[in-house]
Amino acid sequence: MAADAASARVTKTERSGTGYLRYGAGKLGGAVVSLLAVLVTSFFLFRLIPGDPVKYMTGGRQVSNEQLAAYRREFGLDLPLWQQFTDYCHKALTGDLGTSYQFRAPVIDKITEALPNTLILTGTAFVLYTALGVVLGTRSAWRHGRLGDRLNTGLALTLYSIPSFWLGLLLIIVFAVGLGPIPGLFPTGGMESGGEEGFAYVLDVAHHLVLPVITLVAVEYGQTLLVTRSALLDEMGSDYLTTARAKGLKDDLVRRRHAVPNAMLPTVTLIFVNLGRTVAGVILVETVFSWPGLGGLFYQALSVPDLPLVQGLFFVFAAAVIVMNTLADLIYPLLDPRVAR
Amino acid sequence: MKRHDQNGSPRRLRPRAPRTLAAVLTVSAALLAPLGGPAPSQAAAADGKKVLTVAVAQSVDSLSPFLASRLVSTSIHRLMYEYLTNYDPKDARAIPGLATKWTPSADKLTWTYTIRSGTKWSDGKPVTAEDAAWTFNKMMTDEDAATANGSFVTNFKKVTAPSPTELVIELDKPQATMAALDVPIVPKHVWEKVKDFSKFNNDTQFPVVGNGPFVLTGYKADSYVRLEPNKEFWRGPAKFDELLFRYYKDGDAAVAALQKGEVSFVSGLTPAQTAALQGRPDIKVNDAPGRRFFALATNPGARAANGEKFGDGHPSLLDQRVRQALFMAVDRTALVDKVFQGHAVEGEGYIPPRFSTYYWKPSAQQKLAYDPAEAARLLDQAGYRENGDGKRVGKDGKPINYRILCHATDPNDKAVGQYLKEWWGDLGIGVTLNCLDNVSDPWLAGEYDLAFDGWSVNPDPDFVLSIHTCDALPATPDDVGATDNFICDKTYDELYAKQLAEYDPAKRADLVKQMESRLYDLGYMNVMAYPNALEAYRTDQIESITTMPAEAGNIYGQDGYWSWWSAVPAASDDSSGGSGSTGVIVGIAAGVVVLLGAGVFFGLRRRATAEDRE
Repeated sequence: MAADAASARVTKTERSGTGYLRYGAGKLGGAVVSLLAVLVTSFFLFRLIPGDPVKYMTGGRQVSNEQLAAYRREFGLDLPLWQQFTDYCHKALTGDLGTSYQFRAPVIDKITEALPNTLILTGTAFVLYTALGVVLGTRSAWRHGRLGDRLNTGLALTLYSIPSFWLGLLLIIVFAVGLGPIPGLFPTGGMESGGEEGFAYVLDVAHHLVLPVITLVAVEYGQTLLVTRSALLDEMGSDYLTTARAKGLKDDLVRRRHAVPNAMLPTVTLIFVNLGRTVAGVILVETVFSWPGLGGLFYQALSVPDLPLVQGLFFVFAAAVIVMNTLADLIYPLLDPRVAR
Repeated sequence: MKRHDQNGSPRRLRPRAPRTLAAVLTVSAALLAPLGGPAPSQAAAADGKKVLTVAVAQSVDSLSPFLASRLVSTSIHRLMYEYLTNYDPKDARAIPGLATKWTPSADKLTWTYTIRSGTKWSDGKPVTAEDAAWTFNKMMTDEDAATANGSFVTNFKKVTAPSPTELVIELDKPQATMAALDVPIVPKHVWEKVKDFSKFNNDTQFPVVGNGPFVLTGYKADSYVRLEPNKEFWRGPAKFDELLFRYYKDGDAAVAALQKGEVSFVSGLTPAQTAALQGRPDIKVNDAPGRRFFALATNPGARAANGEKFGDGHPSLLDQRVRQALFMAVDRTALVDKVFQGHAVEGEGYIPPRFSTYYWKPSAQQKLAYDPAEAARLLDQAGYRENGDGKRVGKDGKPINYRILCHATDPNDKAVGQYLKEWWGDLGIGVTLNCLDNVSDPWLAGEYDLAFDGWSVNPDPDFVLSIHTCDALPATPDDVGATDNFICDKTYDELYAKQLAEYDPAKRADLVKQMESRLYDLGYMNVMAYPNALEAYRTDQIESITTMPAEAGNIYGQDGYWSWWSAVPAASDDSSGGSGSTGVIVGIAAGVVVLLGAGVFFGLRRRATAEDRE
């Protein structure tokens, strides 16, 4: 069986050159169409949100009708919808996502200001929870039914069901403020103390990073663990593993070299989906820890609604997911050539 | 096949567990490593700086005084720029700022301000009347520069600076707010270089040139705003070495930061947070009379200035007896006790008692006290009687059910709404709470019966009074007016016009009180409570701080810069709460963990690869 699989893989690789190209082109084409669809959708979708941004922004202040009209002119809201749409498409295609109503700054600037912050937080958490999920998931599956497995899955499920903001607050109370004998070890919020430069700044950010990352990892690793575990469990009855053992390979090697690679497909899907979500940040965790990322920006943009900012962020979030899913699609055939057949 | 058969020897697998653990430990320890580094307030202590750290939640919309409208931004502008006048912290009357005195002409149409001589911008250039004239002229001629404070200059005819110490403002018609022009005066020599006022946010070049008590030295969106005392400030420099606004988007996290000593001051506390902080030896809770009122407004029939009616307010509310009956069926004392948990004052007149000059309360005869029986009688009298099912019916024979607009994010609205359901339900009136994130659309369209309303009142009440004049109505139903609830009453308007042209403070105050009395009798605005401002600060970091009003006032969002300018650092400012040494100890421990983790990891790694090679 294992030999059959191996020969099938060889045959596939030999004749898959054009097949893969066609497959890849199809996926890339699909991604481009999806991106264009997102661009169009984001324009119309957010015009359904109730609320007039001009009224919101001038709320609570004395403004004349002339001033209101000036606002509308400035934001292009006095133009017919189709013209606003064509302007938007034209600008978007040249990389201009417009100017934020509330911050009076280019949307691109606001996004590029917050994006690295989000990536630092969710990226670090992503690496950790993926590694932890895969490693613990593999171990759990390999020794399933044992106490370790039951503890692992039980803990993962418990943490997965805990609301992230609640866990975050708990961590702040225990590890930032300090509780009983536990001293306050970490900052209660923010990304930096302000004013540090160079290496001191890096250390400062890392210090601020610990609690939000732990929160995210605790809540997120369970999903990867469970998917990895169940995928590996499916593989474990396979004959090729028995064959591998019969060849005298060590159990550790059987697991790492044979079982795990064959069970990785669902996990890879999940990893890429999570990687796409990473860009969107995690709004609740960013709020609890006052992390100046995209999540908080999106919330502020929606509450106005600050249409250019909302649209720009929505496009970036959607594009990240589309790009990551496309990458996953392109990588599948390398893991399992039957996919591109 | 039994599962454990596949697993082989557990002993052989064991090295993986510690290896994983070691890997996790190493990463965690790497993150822990900076623990030895200073926490923010400890950093302050390390270089001997006294830092006053204020927790804020609101994002800065712009640091340009021509664009900013949010409280956090305008408060920072108060610190960066001196205005023509300021408000006395004792009683909020206008006192000298950039102008040392101001006098109107006999016809009240020309105002002459004497500009303080000998003061300098933070870059050393002198501050003159020309700077003020340029600021106002810019707002009058460039609509982008009028974005934030344009309403102050709409009535301005001409502004000139005949000499460096003389500013002359000519008006189209008299304006009582000329001693309360809340406009930051900017340095002409810096701002005249700005090309597009709609896009310049004043947040890239530091320090920002100003002449207020503080100089803005650093800003990072949603992270911090850093200010240092202006050593040349004419009133004398502030006593802290640095003023730092730090962002806490979550109120509970901000309270945690205060408990830890990471911030010196937190505002906007909930009653529950206040209760948690009260009684702590190192924290002082300031439960101060607020400047807001919390009211229930009635839709009096939405209409435009051209007479066109729109919206769908319930017709029964056009009857003054019905409005007064609803007023009398609200137990305001119970609301203060239950909803605000005692952190509020029972509402009566339109302006909170904190502004003593304009505070008005109804006489015993005039007062619409809680009296459900009298409310029921008034409703009967107005022709809205109960049917067989105990429901009051409208003129159309249908049971009355009022829709109340409420803010989805405000727990007070929802809580009060539940009481109204009960109290008005007893009268036979149904209530539907319409809680929305964005109430402005139905509000401006007049599509509501009642709405939870509230305003923060300025020392000069002109604005909150103006929003109930007929002039504030929208020009047509398609326009947006400055009106709050489409109230338009001739008597009220006449009083408003009189007070605006009255320069005698006592006479003006009397007129304002007459307006409040009229508004109360009409029953359009049921002011239910004046919620207190709940805030707290660390006594081991702040020795003393000026509240406004000086007697039992608030600290955050004052009219003026008194709180932060006056704050005196505590003598023993160990703001880290003693955790500085803890940080070092834990830092060392973390370092040990890193080394151990790395050692274990590499040791096991070697062993594993050796096994693989077998």
